[in-house]
Amino acid sequence: AGGGSGPVGSAAEDGGPPAPERVLFPPTFSVSEIKNKQRRHFMFLRWKQQQRKEKLAARKKRRKEREALGDKAPPKAVPKTIENQRVYDETTVDPNDEEVAFDEATDEFAPYFNRQTVPKILITTSDRPRGRTVRFCEQLSTVIPNSHVYYRRGLALKRIIPQCIARDFTDLIVINEDRKIPNGLLLSHLPDGPTAHFRMSSVRLRKEIKRKGKEPTEHVPEVILNNFTTRLGHSIGRMFASLFPHDPQFIGRQVATFHNQRDYIFFRFHRYIFKSEKKVGIQELGPRFTLKLRSLQKGTFDSKFGEYEWIHKRREMDTSRRKFHL
Amino acid sequence: GRCYLYMKTIERAAFPRRLWERVLLSKNYEKALEEIDENLIYWPRFIRHKCKQRFTKITQYLIRIRKLTLKRQRKLVPLRRKIERREKRREEKALIAAQLDNAIEKELLERLKQDTYGDIYNFPIHAFDKALQQQDAESESESDAEKEEEDDEDTDKREFVEADDSDLSDFEDMDKLETSSEEEQEEEEEVEKKASYAKSKGKTPLKGPARRKQRYIQIEYEKETEPTTKTKAA
Repeated sequence: AGGGSGPVGSAAEDGGPPAPERVLFPPTFSVSEIKNKQRRHFMFLRWKQQQRKEKLAARKKRRKEREALGDKAPPKAVPKTIENQRVYDETTVDPNDEEVAFDEATDEFAPYFNRQTVPKILITTSDRPRGRTVRFCEQLSTVIPNSHVYYRRGLALKRIIPQCIARDFTDLIVINEDRKIPNGLLLSHLPDGPTAHFRMSSVRLRKEIKRKGKEPTEHVPEVILNNFTTRLGHSIGRMFASLFPHDPQFIGRQVATFHNQRDYIFFRFHRYIFKSEKKVGIQELGPRFTLKLRSLQKGTFDSKFGEYEWIHKRREMDTSRRKFHL
Repeated sequence: GRCYLYMKTIERAAFPRRLWERVLLSKNYEKALEEIDENLIYWPRFIRHKCKQRFTKITQYLIRIRKLTLKRQRKLVPLRRKIERREKRREEKALIAAQLDNAIEKELLERLKQDTYGDIYNFPIHAFDKALQQQDAESESESDAEKEEEDDEDTDKREFVEADDSDLSDFEDMDKLETSSEEEQEEEEEVEKKASYAKSKGKTPLKGPARRKQRYIQIEYEKETEPTTKTKAA
């Protein structure tokens, strides 16, 4: 082992100045070269303890230095988080971007944002919904104002959509169910708008949430959209915003939140109360669920011939843990 | 699919290749039944009957298959266990990183600061502090006038807000109002507290929290009544 790791050791430690050819290094060995598992494990633990001790000592030293310097100490190092280390996405929207503003003024949601249309939503499920899905649909319809739940008895979506357009619906939500729990959400903006397909997870119905609130009232809630930074995120955010009527009734004190974090969109529905100008209390009522975008399609629902603006391709997009798309 | 009638006889049992005799049946259901009858003419009645029953069943399920293929078909997408587990884990970590409650509260406070709620909530204290810092003169008179209004609105707010927390929060506000012109404030506070003290004496069902409030009030009361009583005596 000593002879084998001799050249290895010299190659590893051949750092800064060009070393002469004949150099004598002490025979080092790495822990992973020991064949006996028990001994190897023991040596590894010992090495780990040593590392920890060194780290602790370094931290103490740094703290002492900081205290010694007092005010002149360098600022604390910011810990690295995944959000800090996020790979910069070139489609991030700059708030002052004119091109984006122009695009948004002329896309499918423009009539909504210009207050020409009032949202009217149809919520439906896949075939034969089970109890949980049915209850979830009902609760969702209380959360979203001006929404209606209809059961689909084997009707094809492509046939429903023209009927919905004829009856002035602006949005269609289809909740897909699998094994008695809802697991997918299809959101389609009706008059020829984009269709977004989400995977839905961790659905909590109202009675499963630990809160002491009452049912949500009929007031129009406010909407909070957090962290939708890229172009794609922007368009999805606008889709969500177009579900709710434009003028929230502040008397109701209800707020629906869509918070995007690492490509997961968390939906929460709260009632808030301002205890003072610096403190607000929130009480969760209403269902909660998380969504993950799977695909965004340009026209209304058409899985075969539709033009997809974005599809989640696992092999290409899930390669880096620091890269997010929304 | 087309249906065939297969027959076997014991004479051909020695020749497995030629064992089964095959007859193509017509597409027409009745004609096919007649053909079965024709071919199985000398066979026992029971076997013929059973054969025709089987044929009926087959045609019916073939019809059903053809109908179903025209309708929507469910596409089964297999779940990959590793990926499901990974997604679940990442979702949990994202949830922790999101700190939803804090984010929502921050956003709501931002909106309050930017005056999106208009005149519904009247906590303009910090906004006025900023105004004070900006405009050095004419600060005290403004703040006094506003604070008198605020006290009135605090009493209104008690109706607006539910549950017992409202009273306590009002008193917290009262404590925070000690920015300037404390004398007037103290008088107003005492008036308020006397009123609420009287009220809470009346309320018998709320004994527990009312008592706590009373104790809290009493402590404050003792501190502040002393100077006034002294001045009154004098």
